[in-house]
Order: sequence, then C-alpha cells, then structure tokens
Amino acid sequence: MHDFLTSGLQGFGPLLAQGTWMTVKLALLSLALSLALGLIGASAKLSRSRLLRLPATLYTTLIRSVPDLVLILLIFYSMQIWLNDLTEALGWDYVEIDPFGAGVITLGFIYGAYFTENFRGAILSVPVGQLEAATAYGLSRAQRFRLVLFPQLMRFALPGLGNNWLVLLKSTALVSIIGLADLVKAAQNAGKSTNDVLFFLCLAGLVYLAITTLSNRLLKHLERRYNIGIKELAR
Amino acid sequence: MTATALPLTTFEQAPKAHAHTGATKLSVEGLHKHYGEHQVLKGVSLQARKGDVISLIGASGSGKSTFLRCINFLEKPNAGSITLDGQTLDLSKGTPPAAQLQNLRTRLAMVFQHFNLWSHLTVLENICLAPRKVLGISAGEAEARARKYLDKVGLPARAADQYPAFLSGGQQQRVAIARALAMEPEIILFDEPTSALDPELVGEVLKVIQTLAEEGRTMLMVTHEMGFARQVSSQVLFLHQGLVEESGSAEILDRPQSERLRQFLSNRLK
Ligand SMILES: Nc1ncnc2c1ncn2[C@@H]1O[C@H](COP(=O)(O)OP(=O)(O)O)[C@@H](O)[C@H]1O
Ligand SMILES: [Mg+2]
Repeated sequence: MHDFLTSGLQGFGPLLAQGTWMTVKLALLSLALSLALGLIGASAKLSRSRLLRLPATLYTTLIRSVPDLVLILLIFYSMQIWLNDLTEALGWDYVEIDPFGAGVITLGFIYGAYFTENFRGAILSVPVGQLEAATAYGLSRAQRFRLVLFPQLMRFALPGLGNNWLVLLKSTALVSIIGLADLVKAAQNAGKSTNDVLFFLCLAGLVYLAITTLSNRLLKHLERRYNIGIKELAR
Repeated sequence: MTATALPLTTFEQAPKAHAHTGATKLSVEGLHKHYGEHQVLKGVSLQARKGDVISLIGASGSGKSTFLRCINFLEKPNAGSITLDGQTLDLSKGTPPAAQLQNLRTRLAMVFQHFNLWSHLTVLENICLAPRKVLGISAGEAEARARKYLDKVGLPARAADQYPAFLSGGQQQRVAIARALAMEPEIILFDEPTSALDPELVGEVLKVIQTLAEEGRTMLMVTHEMGFARQVSSQVLFLHQGLVEESGSAEILDRPQSERLRQFLSNRLK
C-alpha cells in the first residue's frame, strides 16, 4: 500500500495526501465556525429584539442568495483590501492574508447562514413545554440551552446539518482559487505534470466519496443518539 | 364528565387531614396580568398557610393557569405582590433579579397538565436534573431522593431507566410529581394534573395527590375534579373572568353563595 502510494501514483502520493489533509482541515474548521455562527444566528432570529433579528435576517437572506464563488472572491479580496488599508494607516509592512485562515472564515461565514436556518427550524420544533419545565425548575438560561434545548433540537437539526455539511465539504474545492493547495488543486497539479488529468481527478472524486461515506456513518450514529427516548408512532 | 364520577366514589370516605400551623406560607396580593389590551387577571389574592390545599376552579379561560404561572414567573405578572415566608416580591417593579427568581422557583415546584417531562432523559435523569444542577446536591444523593420519591408515587424501581414516552400518561404524571417532590419544595403547584389523562388513569394520579395532602404538604391545584377538590381542599377559589368570584372552605362546592358558582357547578354535573 505504501509502495503504491509513493510509486503507483507516479510520485504524487504525498502531494495528494497533503491536499486531502488540507481539504479535511479546511472543511472541519469551517464546519465548527459555521455551527457556532448558525446557533448565534438562530438565537438572534428568534430573539424578541428587532435589533438582533434584523441583522440576522439580512445575513441569511444575502448569503443564501449570492453564489458561493462570488462570495468567496468578495470576502477574500475585501478582507485583503481592508487589511491593506489598516497596515497602511498604521505604517506597517504589507501583510498578505493567509489563504487557509481566509478560506475557513469565508466558508464558515457562508455556511453559518445555512446552519442558522437549520437551527432556527429545529429550535421551533422543540415543544415549548420542555423549556417551560426547565424554567419552572430554576434552570438558568445557559443550563436550559445545554441540558434541554440543545439535546432536543439536534434531533430536528441533524438531517439538514448533514446535508449542508456535504455541500460545505464540496465547496472547499472552490477555495483553491484563492491559492489554497487543497485536494482538487493537488489533483490538478499531479494531472498536469503527468499528462493524466482524468486519472487524478477521478482519484480526487473517490477521496471525496470516501469522506462522504464516513460522514454518513457518523451522522447515522448521531441520529440514533439524539433520537433516544423517542417512540416512533406505530405506522 | 365520566372522570368526575370515579374520584367521587373513590375518595368520599377518606379522612381530611390538614396540618395547619397557622403561619402564612404564601400570600399573593392583587395579582394583575394582561396580554396587550386583554386583562386576564384583575387583582387576584390568596393566602396559603402551611399544609393548605387550595383548589382553583373556574371555567376555561377564567385565568387559572395564568394565575399559577404568574406565581413562579412563567408569565410575568404586571402588578401585585407575592410573599413567600415573609419575603415579598413587588411585581410592579419588573422582573426580580435572576438569583431571587431562581430561589423562588426552587421553592415552588410545578406539575403541568401535559407532564412536560424531558423526553431525552430517563425517568431517573428527569427527577435528578434540577436537584443536581439547581440545588447542587451530589449525584448519589439525588439518585437516592429520586428512588425514594418514585417509590412514593407508586412506580416500580425498574421504571427509573425508562424514557417518558414509553410510559402511560398516568405513570408520566406520577414521574412528574416525583420530579416536583425531589426538589423538596415548600409548595407544589398543580395545573390540571389529570386533564390530559384517559379517564381510567385519573384515579392513580389523584390517589398520589391525596397522599401528599394527607402528609400536610402545601399545594395549589387547578382542577376540574370537583369530587376530589371537595375531598382534599382546605380552601376553594372560584375564578371568573380574572377575579375571585367566591372563595371559602370546600363547603362552597355544596352550598355556593354566588349565582355564577352555582351555575358553574351545575354545568359540570351534566
Ligand atoms: N400567552 C398568552 N397570550 C395572550 N393571551 C393569553 C395567553 N395565555 C393566556 N391567554 C388568555 O388568558 C385567558 C386566561 O387563560 P388561562 O389562564 O389559560 O385560563 P384557564 O387556565 O382558566 O383556562 C384566556 O382568555 C387566554 O386566551
Ligand atoms: Mg388552564
């Protein structure tokens, strides 16, 4: 196996492995950021304060109606421009944005909008009595969230979260255009050097498929876990 | 009303036992609550001594649930005052600070019409959650409490590891009562504890509540079970459109003074 990776891939095994690792890292960190933004966004959208609801609505509406590619370019270049203005104003040297950090922030920001909608719907699906009981028994706001709301909303959120995670994973490929050496970029490079683009792209496809399969397994497991205590109605 | 017939016969003979010690435990004065323009409570007052069982009766929409929910701030009352053991909360001054609110809520445990057991937790976890996380008692102590009160409400030990959805309504409500008892509260608030139950399950829950009444626990209960109310109540409050129309001992159920209560009672017997 080791031989195949190093020699069988015409010496491009390590490059592809690095690309895969980059894609996985990028996807997982973006996921963490977008989940956090999603929970914050959903809370804001369900808040009684208009001051919180309005920006959250603006955020989800805007992000979800503009293509990812456009957003990636917009966010990446505007971040660089702001940074340039800042360094210039402070009289510092030119600082180039790290494409990895930029990729995480950009994808996290985009998918945060989709997760906001997921979580909002899920929170609304939790019966109010569940939270009322928690309030009546003296649980604090944070405890109500952690001990009652979150474990219950996950059941409703997971199918949507799983879908969006798969879309996010595939969107990491777009980030190669801002100069990140992800799986797609590695496959392209290997393909160009060996004149066998098709082979390496198929290989990249298989890697995505493997990650997706693994994710689905994990999701099934999570779904089982968060469905505990739920009695399926007899059909 | 088939549900009324059962407790009437079941509880008629049981002795009344109220262990009043005289001191006022809970006093609510002039409670007001409105939703927008709609005045739901227009100044409702109530005095509960230790050991009192107070039944709140009245037509649907008269404000019984709202009154109960205002007492532990599930709804924010607009005016009036609540005094628990000599400590007064002035309600016109807005919501009390979080610590004071939590203190109040740990001393008043609530039993809901639809049980509201946490569906993702086992029976044992349901009962232990608030004692552990709010009262801060140890896991071992909480579990011991939980098992003690499960036994008290007549559930077998093996029920502890079940999830609420797999229990009957009567069993779920008894778990909810055990959850309330595990807080070792000073007052238990019941909001129509048997209204969501199939008629044949009403009796088992009323029996548990009756045991608690005989132990001298202080309880406020919204109920439509007139026979049961007559049997266990030391006081009955009849609410009509957000006001106490008539109140007194359980006698008033047999000899109502006001025309409205008379009408209400005769409608319920049909
Ligand atoms: N959250 C709410 N918003 C608006 N009106 C409410 C709300 N809760 C209760 N009400 C109104 O208050 C009145 C009393 O309700 P409730 O206390 O539930 O009555 P009861 O328990 O005696 O049947 C009803 O007219 C009801 O429509
Ligand atoms: Mg009610």
